[in-house]
This record gives sequence, structure tokens and C-alpha cells, in this order.
Amino acid sequence: MPTAILETSTMHPTSSDLILKASGVNVYYGESHILRDVDLQIPKGEMVCLIGRNGVGKTTFLKTLIGLLQQKSGSIEYESNQLLKQPPYRRARHGIGYVSQGRDIIPRLTVRENLMLGMEALPGGMGKNRHIDPFIYELFPILEEFLNRRGGDLSGGQQQQLAIARALLGQPKLLLLDEPTEGIQPSIILDIERAVQRIIKETGISVLLVEQHLHFVRQSNFYYAMQRGGIVSSGPTSNLSEAVIQEFLTV
Amino acid sequence: MELVFSQILDGLSIGSVLLLAATGLAIVFGLMGVINLAHGEFMMLGAYVTFVIQNMFRPLGASVFELYYLVALVASFVVTALVGVLLERTLIRRLYGRPLETLLATWGVSLILIQFVRSVSLAMVLGIGVTALLGWLAKRFMPSSLKEASFSSYLGGAVWAVAGLLGIFSINIFASFGRFFSNPWFGPRNIDVTAPKWLQGSWGSIGGIELPGIRIFIIVLSALLLAAVAWFLTKSVWGVRIRSVTQNREMSNCLGIPTDSVDSITFGIGSGLAGVAGCAITLLGSVGPNLGASYIVSCFMVIVLGGVGNLVGTVIASMMLGIIQSIIGSGSLLIAFPDMPEGLRAVTEFFATTSMSLVLVFIFIIAFLQFKPTGMFPQKGRSVDA
Repeated sequence: MPTAILETSTMHPTSSDLILKASGVNVYYGESHILRDVDLQIPKGEMVCLIGRNGVGKTTFLKTLIGLLQQKSGSIEYESNQLLKQPPYRRARHGIGYVSQGRDIIPRLTVRENLMLGMEALPGGMGKNRHIDPFIYELFPILEEFLNRRGGDLSGGQQQQLAIARALLGQPKLLLLDEPTEGIQPSIILDIERAVQRIIKETGISVLLVEQHLHFVRQSNFYYAMQRGGIVSSGPTSNLSEAVIQEFLTV
Repeated sequence: MELVFSQILDGLSIGSVLLLAATGLAIVFGLMGVINLAHGEFMMLGAYVTFVIQNMFRPLGASVFELYYLVALVASFVVTALVGVLLERTLIRRLYGRPLETLLATWGVSLILIQFVRSVSLAMVLGIGVTALLGWLAKRFMPSSLKEASFSSYLGGAVWAVAGLLGIFSINIFASFGRFFSNPWFGPRNIDVTAPKWLQGSWGSIGGIELPGIRIFIIVLSALLLAAVAWFLTKSVWGVRIRSVTQNREMSNCLGIPTDSVDSITFGIGSGLAGVAGCAITLLGSVGPNLGASYIVSCFMVIVLGGVGNLVGTVIASMMLGIIQSIIGSGSLLIAFPDMPEGLRAVTEFFATTSMSLVLVFIFIIAFLQFKPTGMFPQKGRSVDA
């Protein structure tokens, strides 16, 4: 199928009630320019998807949002507050939950301890919040079964579920999901998709999803497509054309 | 036979001191990856804090004086922990991920600490205060345009250099006020701490073998502290935080854990344990500014032998080192078994000094590591590779 002429229109969600607004964000790794003038908006209670091929800067963008990287210029407005120079742990406490690409389960802590760590983002941390919300076990029953196993001994899919559950226990207002289905068996992918949809419906949080898996992408309300560090196409997911999919997803 | 048993008890108490210090070092090295060559000097600081507390209690009367050692235990932990936190915040924090620089910097700190206790006097403390005050004032009142200039880091360095020079200058001025200002507090000589009466003498006997109070106290103390540390690291909220940051710093940060506070607390606890070890050493004999150097190597040997971050391994390794040093190094085997064969006798005699027994320990460790390169109890499971 020829994809010679690609309609590259960029637009933003129509809702004005935004949880996050990034404008003109530029990020460098040393000398190399990774993100170029990224504009991205996430409305409250919606799922926005960021797509693009490998190495275009999607993960870099999420790391900038959580604060592991600092933008050189541009602004990131979260709930109408500027996030610049705030360390990641403050952003987590303000309600940004982060599920990283490598899942980053703490390997030699038990599943229970990993879950407790999720509550560090709540006021008082895990010292004051000792009760794991059973909602988590409803979403991912396997976690309750494995509570006393070490996180590093779980399979990839189980670790992914644990990472999402851990982020949820911090009761985030905005959840950043970095390729939650990467390298995971299909049956668990469906579990994770269902869980994320249920989370959005029941808790009303907003989600920014970085994803390659088309089925999952289709469930978001809005998409942004990234190429060489810049947003080149965006719109409602219902408008996501075959041409865009061909161009930006490794199907 | 009694002699051997009492030497074993000696060895166990030396091993217990080693255990405390090595646990502190293992926390700093095993959890944070910082090779702290000033760890031995933290022990020395703990010993000097004990000495100071003893002298403060002396005028209070004999009955109150008996209690000084308990206060000294707490004080030596707190003071060295605070010094450790200060070191972490000002120096080590800037060198994370750079082991060679850390090694050199902490070695420098150890030299500074040794010379500090040798020559500290009231004038010197005031001079350091002047430097700190000037440096802080300059930073506080520096116009923000200068702070953001491209040369601001050079400017900061220059400001501290000038503040340091003025501080040195002021030491001379303060010292000229009289002997009260210029007399060193400790000097280069060894100091002696008198154990309180309840620690001196025997705590009863088992099968005709006397139980010296000091030895038993040290062994019990280190067992209790070790249990407390184990509980803190595995069960307490801060323990979970510390282990989390140790294993994945970035993600811990993203979860809402203030990683810089965790670093300070971890380093503080590790240093504090060295301080308590130093406090215990004062009971075993007189101590001097060079105390640290003789213990730091043993501490690292214990960690290598026991496996990094392994409490059981650390316990066994430090006890082994303590017993080998005290039984073979003291030559008591020769006295206990006067009729051993001539060849064995020659070998035992050869190693029957403190330094030669250390050589024996070194040979043993090198041989041991050929068979078990990761220590006695290496960690197992999928998580090790992760």
C-alpha cells in the first residue's frame, strides 16, 4: 500500500478542562536534540495515546513529564502549575503516576512491599497508609496470590500488572503508561487493556499511553503521533487513518 | 584449656567490634555503593566522643559517673551519624557513580579527621566557625546575577578559598588570646577511658572459666545492635525505602520516595554504627588518632569474606577474623599446647604476632575466594540478574 502523501494535520483535544498541557518542550541528551517543540494536551478523565516508531522520543517525553529529565525550554503545566525543576518524587506526590517501559519492579522486595511503595505518593507515605486497596486485587487477582514472592521472581506480564497496580495505589490523577504491552503474552495484554479501561471509568483519572499495540491504541480518545522528536500528526482516535497507522506503528 | 577459652572470648569480643563496624561499612558500601575509606576514622570519632563524655561525667560524682558509658554509647552513635550525614550532604552526594573519586575523597577526609583530633583546639573550632560563617554569608548575600553567571562555580570556589584563608588567619588570632584557646584538646597521644565499675571484673564463671564483664558486654551489645539494624532494614518503613532506593534509584524517586533524604539516613546509620564500634573499642584498651587505619582493612576483609549485604556472612566472617587474630596472633596456642610437634610449633610461632596473623587471614581469604568468589553466602534467584 503506498503511503506517499501523508495528511499530517495536528490539532488538540477540544476539551478545555486539561490536566496536563505541554507546550514547546525541547529536551537534549547532552548535545543531541531529542524532543523538538512538543505540544501535547491531556483532558481530565480521558486517555490520550502517544504513538510513533522506536527511538522517536516517546519514552524521553514521559521521562520529562515525571521529572527524570529536564526540558531545556518550553513549559509543562500540570493542573495549571508549572512543573519545572520539581524532582520526580514531588511530581509523584502531586498525583502523577508513572509506569516505566522496563516496569522497574524493585527486584528484591516482595510484591507486598512493592505495592506499599506505591503509597509513598500519598500524604504521609506508606508509614500512614498501610492498607492495600482490595480494588487492586480485583483488577489483578494474581497479585494477591503472590504477595509474599519477590518482585524480581515474577514473569514479565505479572511484573507489568504489579507496576500498574503500584502506580494506582498512589491514587494518581494522571497515569503515564510506557508501552505496557511490550513483550507480554496476548492473554495478559487483554487483561491489562481491560484493567486500564476499568480504571479510567471507575476512578476518573487521565491516562497518557505510549503504545505500539493497535488494539490498545484504538481505545484511547485522542492520539498524538511523534516522528524524530516532534508531534507530526494528532487528532481523535476515531480519525486514525490506515496511512497514519502504517506510518507510525510497527504493525 | 582455660587460656584458649578466654582467648576465644577475647576473639569474639574483637570480632563483635569488627562486626559493628563492618555492618556499618556494609550498609554504606553494600547499599549505597560508596567505598568510604573514612569509616575507620568514624570509629575513632566514636572513641573520642566516649572520652569526652567520660570527662564531662567525672566531676558529677562517683554514682552518676557509673552511668556515663550508656550516655556515651548513644552520643557516639548520634555524633558520628551527624558527621556522616554532613559528609554525605557536602561531599559524597556529588560523587555518586564515580567510585575512584569517592575513594580518593574519603581517604582525604580520613586524613583530615586524623589531623583534626590531633590538633583541635578552641581556636581551631572558632576558626572553622569563621570560615563556615563567611562562606555562608557570601553565598547568602551574593547578587543573583552573579549566581547565574557562567563562571559562578569558579566564583563559589574562590569565595570558599578566601573564607578558608581568613579562617586560618583567625585561628592564629584566637590562639594568641592564651593557652585556653591554643591548647589542643586531645593532642597526638593516645587517650584512656576508664570502664565503669559494673563493667570491670568478672560477671560470674562457667565451668571454672571467668566471664570478663567487658567482653560479654561487647558481645551482647553488638548482638543487640545487629538485631536492631536487621529489624530496621527489613521491617521498618524507612528500611523498605532504603532497600528500594538501593535497588532502583530512579523508579523509587518516581514513586514518591525522597531519595536524597534516604541517602542521608542510610549513610548516617552506617557511620553511627562505626561510632558505636569506636565506643566499644575504648573498653578494650587505649585509643589514638590512628585507630581507624588498623580496623578499616579488617572491615573490608569481613565484607569480602561474608558477601556484600549479607548479615549472616558478616557475623561469621567477623567472628572468624576476631578469633584467628586473638588465638594465633597472641601466641596463646604455644602456651596452651606446650608439647606440640616441632614443625607445627615453628609455624605457629611464625604467625604469632598481630601483623603476621593478619597475613594468615589474608592468605586464607585469597584461597577462599578462589572457590567462592562471591563470598560465603551469595544471593540467589532471578532477581540477582535483574
